[in-house]
Amino acid sequence: MCTQCGCSEVDSVVLHSATESHHDHHHDHPSLARTVEVRERLMSKNDRFARQNREIFQANNLLVLNILSSPGAGKTALIERMAKLWGDRAAQVGVIVGDLATDNDAQRLRAAGAIALQITTGTACHLEADMVAHAASHLGLANLDLLVIENVGNLVCPAAYDLGETLRVVLLSVTEGEDKPLKYPTAFQSADVVLLTKMDIAEAVGFDRETAIANVRRMAPHAKVFEVSARTGVGMDTWLNFLQTQWVSSLVEVAR
Amino acid sequence: MHEVGLMENALAIALNYATRDRASHIHQIALRVGDLSGVEPDALRFAFDVVTQGTIAERAQLKIETCPTVCYCNDCQREFRPIELGYECPICQTWSSSILQGKELELASLEVS
Repeated sequence: MCTQCGCSEVDSVVLHSATESHHDHHHDHPSLARTVEVRERLMSKNDRFARQNREIFQANNLLVLNILSSPGAGKTALIERMAKLWGDRAAQVGVIVGDLATDNDAQRLRAAGAIALQITTGTACHLEADMVAHAASHLGLANLDLLVIENVGNLVCPAAYDLGETLRVVLLSVTEGEDKPLKYPTAFQSADVVLLTKMDIAEAVGFDRETAIANVRRMAPHAKVFEVSARTGVGMDTWLNFLQTQWVSSLVEVAR
Repeated sequence: MHEVGLMENALAIALNYATRDRASHIHQIALRVGDLSGVEPDALRFAFDVVTQGTIAERAQLKIETCPTVCYCNDCQREFRPIELGYECPICQTWSSSILQGKELELASLEVS
């Protein structure tokens, strides 16, 4: 029984803060509060859009990458190089690029031959599946076979949002410190591929390759690891060969 | 930091269920938050007070149940709770990528009247 008002209501007693000594009396006597079971993911709306995206991407025979990294790890430079090399091999690369402000990255990517659309997120620290759905509808997916989503530079929030991608790619540049995978477990754990970037300056910055790879393996034993330099092109062929194989096998899967 | 957006989602789901239940007040919102969800419970609480203002959940209590990480070791065929960073099986020391629990981020239940 409530000791202050004498009501027998137990279920609905609500303390609003630790400092409050008694529950508020806005609850309606004598109606009893009831429990409603919900069990719905807070991401359910995003999940729905991600599922839709995935269906649309598959219907268009698209391999879709969601690229995550901290700011300055070399996402745009990597995609620029990929767009040039992929363009030489097959068709054009589509890029959806998210940034808080400016469309500088989209301009850079267009100059590299990609069909690029910028999503300016304002204050949002990540891309969500509905933003990607909207951007993708403007891209002309039928003419593409590779779509790269360059997420907002941030290793925390983007990790929580499925965009409908085929592969999640997390970048770790050699200037960032070998223990980054341990500091951002959620992002690395969710990776299908980890790319070690800026390998051309690894020696100059004293990058400890073995430790970095061991830390990646520890957080993401399932992930494929590639070492690349967008500037010199080292490792890019191996990386693109892998993507081409993935693209072919995703077609086979859809055909089944 | 996307806790405000998440709480907006939580509130939208809660209001939807409350309306369906013909409730006029939401007294409590209970969330389940996994250790690996990438979300800070304190930031959720802060966001909750902001987003519920002026709604039927305005004075509701936010209850957060945290879910510890639980992994599965394929070699030992047993569940384990990782003790350190990384998901190393305490028996055979191999790293697991099979996570059974810890990524939860859901609205579990409501108290309404």
